[in-house]
Amino acid sequence: MIGRTATANASTRKLVSFGAGALALTLLASGCVSYFEIPIETPIKAKLDVSPFQRVHVVGFIAGGSDDVDANLETVRLLRSQLRTRSGLRVIEADVLPLAEIAQEMNKDTPADAPAAPETPATPSEGKPEAKPTTSEIKPATPEALDPGGHSPQAPAAVARVRDEKSLASFEPIFANVEYWKKLGEEFQQPLIVTGTVLFTPQSKSGMVSQTRETYDNLGRRVVMPMRVFMERKGYILRPKFIFIDGRTGTRIYSESFREERLYPSQQNVPALSSYFELMDDVIPRFLNVLSTQKVRGTRVLLK
Amino acid sequence: MVRTRLLAAFVVMGLTAGAVPAFADARSDSKAQVDFGIKSAQKELWSEALYRWKRAVEIDPTYAAAHNNLAIAYEHNGQFDNARVAYEKALELEPNNVLIKQNYDLFREINDRANRNGER
Repeated sequence: MIGRTATANASTRKLVSFGAGALALTLLASGCVSYFEIPIETPIKAKLDVSPFQRVHVVGFIAGGSDDVDANLETVRLLRSQLRTRSGLRVIEADVLPLAEIAQEMNKDTPADAPAAPETPATPSEGKPEAKPTTSEIKPATPEALDPGGHSPQAPAAVARVRDEKSLASFEPIFANVEYWKKLGEEFQQPLIVTGTVLFTPQSKSGMVSQTRETYDNLGRRVVMPMRVFMERKGYILRPKFIFIDGRTGTRIYSESFREERLYPSQQNVPALSSYFELMDDVIPRFLNVLSTQKVRGTRVLLK
Repeated sequence: MVRTRLLAAFVVMGLTAGAVPAFADARSDSKAQVDFGIKSAQKELWSEALYRWKRAVEIDPTYAAAHNNLAIAYEHNGQFDNARVAYEKALELEPNNVLIKQNYDLFREINDRANRNGER
């Protein structure tokens, strides 16, 4: 009797589960899907009104950190190429300024009371006729002290190495030197000047890391298990600060800092330059968003 | 006395019975607008979709899905303030809806980025 009841219960359960499965299948077949994933492109407005400018000049950066990458040169090249293809501004091609050297010379020659840049918004352009930009005659605030390339004519100054943010801070006064930037702006027909600092430093960390492990159970089904493992990792931190200067007045109009970090397993030998570009990939859209409206792609779920 | 009570009960029942179809009508009209909006959005006709979902929330302001979809259309247009209001309304109506929460989280990420300003 008991056996029969048990059998009856089992068959009822089977029937119920079969019914539920059938119902689910019917619902699916009849198109009762209540949500739809849809790709969207969200526009993010430009943070800076660059309409007064026709040209942009990425002059150079005070760079430091790793010796494996010339962060000044690489950043200028990358930003120029991105601006060329993804902004409406004409990119000025000129020699990259060794800004750290120039800043160091300025610190030597200029006393601490150098004119500070009042931070003013961009004003409409006067629509001056365009002239072909040249790389000559770029003079710093103390023109007699430096040659056009920014080098001291007397003796090549040994540039203090920039290793961290602290040492970077000593070079910062150059960005407030209105006269210097105004002169540079005049040389290139008052473009929007892009400059700043870039710190690209190696780092290593060790600790517990969350990972997933794939296994197969007795029935051959794939099972993904979350687990925590101890790992030694090394990588790089990229800390760029972009400063936008009005080439007509020499004043700073906007600046924004970013911080990106990548860590790789210590066995993986990732070249510094690859890591630099990987990190810049994350920074570039946000940099471009300062100057132009950017579209962010994503997906959302529409509901019925 | 009994007759009065019975009469009152009938009146209440009548009102309830009348209200349910009215609500059901509003919901089904709103649903029709939502469905059409979804089809429009899938064909990338976002202006039409926006219009349909606006109509849907006008017809039935308690329809969380319509508010959610409207928020997405606003987001697509870069109207972040409107999108936030619509997402918040959708979540107010269905606080436990994981899909609305997920959409809202993604929206907030982008909204934060758009609002993060440097120094001027």
